[in-house]
Amino acid sequence: MCTTCGCSTHKARIFGVSDTPHHRAQTRLHYRSIPPQTVQEPQAVTLSATHAPGMNAKRILRIERDILTQNDAQARQNRDYFSKHHILVLNLLSSPGSGKTTLLVNTIRKLRERLPMAVIEGDQQTDRDAKRIRATGVPVIQINTGKGCHLDAHMVNRAMQQLPLQDGGLLFIENVGNLVCPASFDLGETHKVVLLSVTEGEDKPLKYPDMFHVAHLLLLNKCDLLPYVDFDMDQAVQYAYRIHPGLPVISLSATLGEGMATWLDWIETAHQGVAGKQVPDTSPAVLQLD
Amino acid sequence: MHEMSLAENVLQMIEEAAQAQHFSRVHTVWLEIGQLACVEPQSLRFYFDIVTQDSIARNAKLEIIDKAGQGWCNACRHLTRISSRHDACENCGSYGLQITDGDSMRISELEVE
Repeated sequence: MCTTCGCSTHKARIFGVSDTPHHRAQTRLHYRSIPPQTVQEPQAVTLSATHAPGMNAKRILRIERDILTQNDAQARQNRDYFSKHHILVLNLLSSPGSGKTTLLVNTIRKLRERLPMAVIEGDQQTDRDAKRIRATGVPVIQINTGKGCHLDAHMVNRAMQQLPLQDGGLLFIENVGNLVCPASFDLGETHKVVLLSVTEGEDKPLKYPDMFHVAHLLLLNKCDLLPYVDFDMDQAVQYAYRIHPGLPVISLSATLGEGMATWLDWIETAHQGVAGKQVPDTSPAVLQLD
Repeated sequence: MHEMSLAENVLQMIEEAAQAQHFSRVHTVWLEIGQLACVEPQSLRFYFDIVTQDSIARNAKLEIIDKAGQGWCNACRHLTRISSRHDACENCGSYGLQITDGDSMRISELEVE
């Protein structure tokens, strides 16, 4: 029934093992010493009531809570943990087929000698992406959301407990390929990185504004294909700026390596930011390929 | 499709409130949904009816209160009405507005007994 965790008929699975439904069972957090989730009781105020004998005691309760309160509370716990352990967490978001996994594999190859890394892979079905990551030697957890269309903070919390996360390391979360739903769910990540490949069309930021609104960095991928596709790079960036003025943009080709150095520099700066050395540079930087 | 998750979250919060506030039946649920929120109200209604079938909110009326979108224009320093995140300022036509209202999705009130 539930698409968040897959309880009832649609089971979310972490490495093929059914995940514990978080709605009906307390999340087990003890072994990382994260305190059990405490969500504030609703600030319920009875506005009116009927007390006449024999009548139903209907009353109005004022709740005034965000629908995503539970997710956001768990995301805060995740973020606190990452922050305390100086772990940089990058949530990769895009439509299916924009090159998230290829980017991840090639990024890991460049950084694995310098940083301890881990990956949480989100897909509706199969562990094909996890296998590609595992081939690089980096620990990976595959979450299959079943019918679900996004990862949420509870799924990430349970997955991170199964990963050997090292202090000062780097955790990549590859979200389910979808430019709509994952935008609403805070996972506790340090930054949301949105990929847009040049084969998709430059008007994606206008069509899916929520995703580009929440992004901290936009990667324009598959730039090696620019000569073969009708994609206006400047227009794409201008559309992104309509939604998110000043959004940093890096153009690259994860497959051929152009622009990867700039992406790796951005990661390095962000990593220094979580290590408390300096604040990440978020100034806009549009980088064209030669 | 994440409206199903949102409907589940709404039900979960209703059940928590029921424990804390000692009610056993929900007649009406008022949600405040901003025009700019990433949610489709019709889809949310559909899933709300499904996920509440075996709950204390079974057959509850779902009232959705629209909240208009509003943005701050840095160019002309005016508040302006918007219906999407990529709208231009009504006053000067500039883009890149800072959203100031209309992106929320909240449970506002419940009618219970």
